[in-house]
Amino acid sequence: MVNRINIGTINDIPKLGARVVQSKQGEIAVFRTADDSVFAISDSCPHKNGPLSQGIVSGHTVTCPLHNWRINLETGEAIAPDEGCTGRFTVYVEADGQLFLEI
Amino acid sequence: MKEKLICIGNGMAGIRTIEELLKLNPEQYDITVFGAEPYGNYNRILLSPVLAGEKKFDDIILNEEQWYQENNITLYTGHTIERIDRAKRTVYSDKGISLKYDRLLLATGSSPFIIPVPGHTLPGVIGFRDIKDVEIMLDAAKTSKHAVVIGGGLLGLEAANGLLKQGMEVTVVHLLDSLMEQQLDKAAAALLKNSLEQTGLNFLMEAETAEILGDTKVSGVRFKNGEEIPADLVVMAVGIRPNIELAKKCGLYSERGIVVNDTLQTYDPRIYAVGECVQHRNKLYGLVAPLFEQAKVCANHLANLGYARYEGSITSTKLKVTGIDVFSAGNFHGGKDSEELIFQDPSQGIYKKIVVENNQIKGTVLYGDTLDGAWYFQLMRDGVDISAQRERLLFGQAHLGNSGHSDDTNAVAAMSDNTEICGCNGVCKGDIVNAIIEKKLFTLDDVRSQTKASSSCGSCTALVEQLLAFTLGSDYSATPKTKPLCACTEYPHADVKRVIKEQHLTSTREVMDFMNWTTPDGCHVCRPALNYYLLCAWPAEYKDESQSRFINERIHANIQKDGTYSVVPRVWGGITNPQELRKMAEVAEKFNVPTVKFTGGQRIDFLGVKKQDLPGIWEELNKVGLVSGHAYGKALRTVKTCVGTDWCRFGTQDSTGMGIKLEKLTWGSWTPHKFKMAVSGCPRNCAEATIKDFGVVAVDSGWELYIGGNGGIKVRVTDLLCKVESEDEVLEYCSAFIQMYREEAHYLERTAPWIERVGLAEIKNKIVENADNRKALYQRFLESQKYAQQDPWEERATKGVAQHEFKVLKDISTQQQELV
Ligand SMILES: Cc1cc2nc3c(=O)[nH]c(=O)nc-3n(C[C@H](O)[C@H](O)[C@H](O)COP(=O)(O)OP(=O)(O)OC[C@H]3O[C@@H](n4cnc5c(N)ncnc54)[C@H](O)[C@@H]3O)c2cc1C
Ligand code: HEM
Ligand code: SF4
Ligand code: FES
Repeated sequence: MVNRINIGTINDIPKLGARVVQSKQGEIAVFRTADDSVFAISDSCPHKNGPLSQGIVSGHTVTCPLHNWRINLETGEAIAPDEGCTGRFTVYVEADGQLFLEI
Repeated sequence: MKEKLICIGNGMAGIRTIEELLKLNPEQYDITVFGAEPYGNYNRILLSPVLAGEKKFDDIILNEEQWYQENNITLYTGHTIERIDRAKRTVYSDKGISLKYDRLLLATGSSPFIIPVPGHTLPGVIGFRDIKDVEIMLDAAKTSKHAVVIGGGLLGLEAANGLLKQGMEVTVVHLLDSLMEQQLDKAAAALLKNSLEQTGLNFLMEAETAEILGDTKVSGVRFKNGEEIPADLVVMAVGIRPNIELAKKCGLYSERGIVVNDTLQTYDPRIYAVGECVQHRNKLYGLVAPLFEQAKVCANHLANLGYARYEGSITSTKLKVTGIDVFSAGNFHGGKDSEELIFQDPSQGIYKKIVVENNQIKGTVLYGDTLDGAWYFQLMRDGVDISAQRERLLFGQAHLGNSGHSDDTNAVAAMSDNTEICGCNGVCKGDIVNAIIEKKLFTLDDVRSQTKASSSCGSCTALVEQLLAFTLGSDYSATPKTKPLCACTEYPHADVKRVIKEQHLTSTREVMDFMNWTTPDGCHVCRPALNYYLLCAWPAEYKDESQSRFINERIHANIQKDGTYSVVPRVWGGITNPQELRKMAEVAEKFNVPTVKFTGGQRIDFLGVKKQDLPGIWEELNKVGLVSGHAYGKALRTVKTCVGTDWCRFGTQDSTGMGIKLEKLTWGSWTPHKFKMAVSGCPRNCAEATIKDFGVVAVDSGWELYIGGNGGIKVRVTDLLCKVESEDEVLEYCSAFIQMYREEAHYLERTAPWIERVGLAEIKNKIVENADNRKALYQRFLESQKYAQQDPWEERATKGVAQHEFKVLKDISTQQQELV
């Protein structure tokens, strides 16, 4: 069953930054990009589990802080030439800025 | 309405300028191109391989008609512009088209010089410049036998080689006694002549052409000494003349070429000029690399950005005759103040010469083994001080131990495919070479992103570059000379820094917008660099952008491989006391710190701390005055000391006290890369000051100051900067040195490679000899320290800064439980 859970507001996350949500599925990194899009992926790099939430965000990608793999925030997939994929979750931003995670 | 830009000349320089312009602003102009030749722009350089049968015409087209259409460019091929009316701002073509311009770009290139001897207009006498010439040569090769090439320079030899490959009997006629005298010295030229003779070319040296013989077409050539040889085809390759008649006719100031300034503007501000038709700072260029640099700068001004500058180019050349390797660059003849380093192995057909002046490379000629050409050229252009590498220079880069791995006596060519090139990412030679070939890679960045080689510590960069050069041959040396800061921009570090200052840019966004970054928010390479350049340029004004910092500097602790952090408090000069130690022990227990370790920098490291515990630990440490040691930052790290006069029987000065003063003065400062110091109390040097970025060694009469040392992968011992007498002087010189490094080094360039790049003399000059400059640097350092010396730990532990970094956004696991 899919649930919608309120996890805070968009302003809790710095632009070009991320925050972590703790869940039964492990830590989920919730990103906010420069254009105010919000994405949620598992906070674990497909390479060696680096904490993606701590990486540098640019465009709709994040660069893992451990060995610089780049991950596409929209799909959770590593950007070529690297290969791998991390879990992806759906988040909504409501008109009032509230964030909902579908899980 | 859009402004109208007309480009005269549909060749390599003109079209490259348009391409650069479209990248900057595709919408600005209505663009029209006139070209006398009946094709789209093609790669003129590759006419030689086409003639030699190694490539086809189709392979060398750079811009198909479709490209012009897609970019809304009106193209008139086969139209020669005959007249420019500058008052009416109109150009007139030989086919009756006239068109107005707002800005005009002249890129008319040059034409082969045809020696005006009797018979020079006979059919069968041609130059070697365009597709038409090559077609004539290919036809001649099918039906006739004897070819004569007049001119034994680069172009002549490439033509001769091609005609030979097409089955003709070819004689090269040269006025002097040595081939390619513009590019080669006599020794290399003799080797070249010898190898070319072995392929079947004939040479007539010191022969001056008197007349071309023939009635309706060429039948032979006669020389001044009366000798005659048969000829069905005569190719004149004795030099080129810039096409400047058009410019002269409309009164545009020209000398040997159309004269332009550093923005590629002619004496008429509406008219720009690029390429072989141009004379810049008294020089004309006949190679594409400089023309492409001109194109980039010219486009920057056409797009009204107005900040790029062309300051001239240093060029290198390679002969494109398969199987024969020749490389030449700079002033290879040398002068009275220069010396020559020569390596010669006649039986292997190898000759290398490097001309050195004031410990810098001024020129080089390589024959037979040109693998290191690109490297010598780079050292030459960067003006690198080569005194330390001198004895081994001629053996090449692979011999220098630059790879960071111990066994590097083999040149890359000789390495087996499974030789590991990048130790960090375990990438072998074979992987890299395959990727270069299969994925059509041309640049270091391509290789980095495709194979990961050289993307971590970077110490194998030189080897990867050699592999590129070795795999791609001349195509690689044709890539642009200045390395861009990263893949998001084409500008190198120096340009970015200059523009930040000149344009007073004060945020990463402004820089990326102003300099036309190709990515929306930059990347993990450029953002931290920009953040640093901005805070260095505007210490009072710039607001640090934490999202542009690497996680360690954002959270003020070192991320570890399992995602935990390490905490290293500052221990001033390595001196601590029971109260501090007790607190540290307490903290380690309270927060269950798994590992407590003494660092090499005379401090204590708490490893394995959870992110959310960081503020708590810091708060406790702050209570006894322990602050951040910046062990995580591109910043001032430690100041190691020895016990000095306080306790040691050899001590000459108070090294501990000096170290503490230095650390109190400099802590908190951000630098291009990490910066470490040490102070020893006598030349026994127990604090190992001579492998630090700034090291101080006390002597009876004062203090010796050392700079540019490094531990790590490639150890470098410091250079002596100077000796001073007082502690105040130590502080002043040290500050001035840090500030000069902060302002002039590239981001992520440590002091050791920086010093090797700019040379010790430059640093001594600005810090030791020029006292005013030293004091100005010192003042700027003090000014910037005013804003830097706040303990980032305290701000986060008790002043509420950046709390979101340490807390999870939400814990939803219990909620999930209930919902299920
Ligand atoms: C065979 C050969 C090999 C070469 N090999 C190398 C090499 O290995 N490395 C290297 O760096 N360089 C090499 N070069 C040099 C390089 O090709 C030139 O430096 C470069 O092409 C010059 O570019 P340009 O745009 O200034 O001139 P061009 O490419 O010559 O373009 C000028 C164009 O303008 C047209 N034009 C002139 N006047 C008018 C007018 N009035 N109206 C309309 N159109 C006009 C011409 O027809 C021509 O198409 C080689 C050149 C040749 C010929
Ligand atoms: C991201 C990678 C690295 C991390 C996390 C790291 C971490 C550390 C830490 C925590 C210390 C103790 C410093 C202190 O007391 O403040 C240290 C010391 C040291 N590091 Fe590194 N380091 C890294 C990379 C390097 C590299 C690339 C080099 C070589 C160029 C290097 C050379 C040294 C040396 C020589 C010391 C001893 C310092 C001294 O004696 O003063 N480190 N490092
Ligand atoms: S460097 Fe000299 S003064 Fe310092 S501890 Fe060693 S011997 Fe003593
Ligand atoms: S763990 Fe992310 S790149 Fe290695």
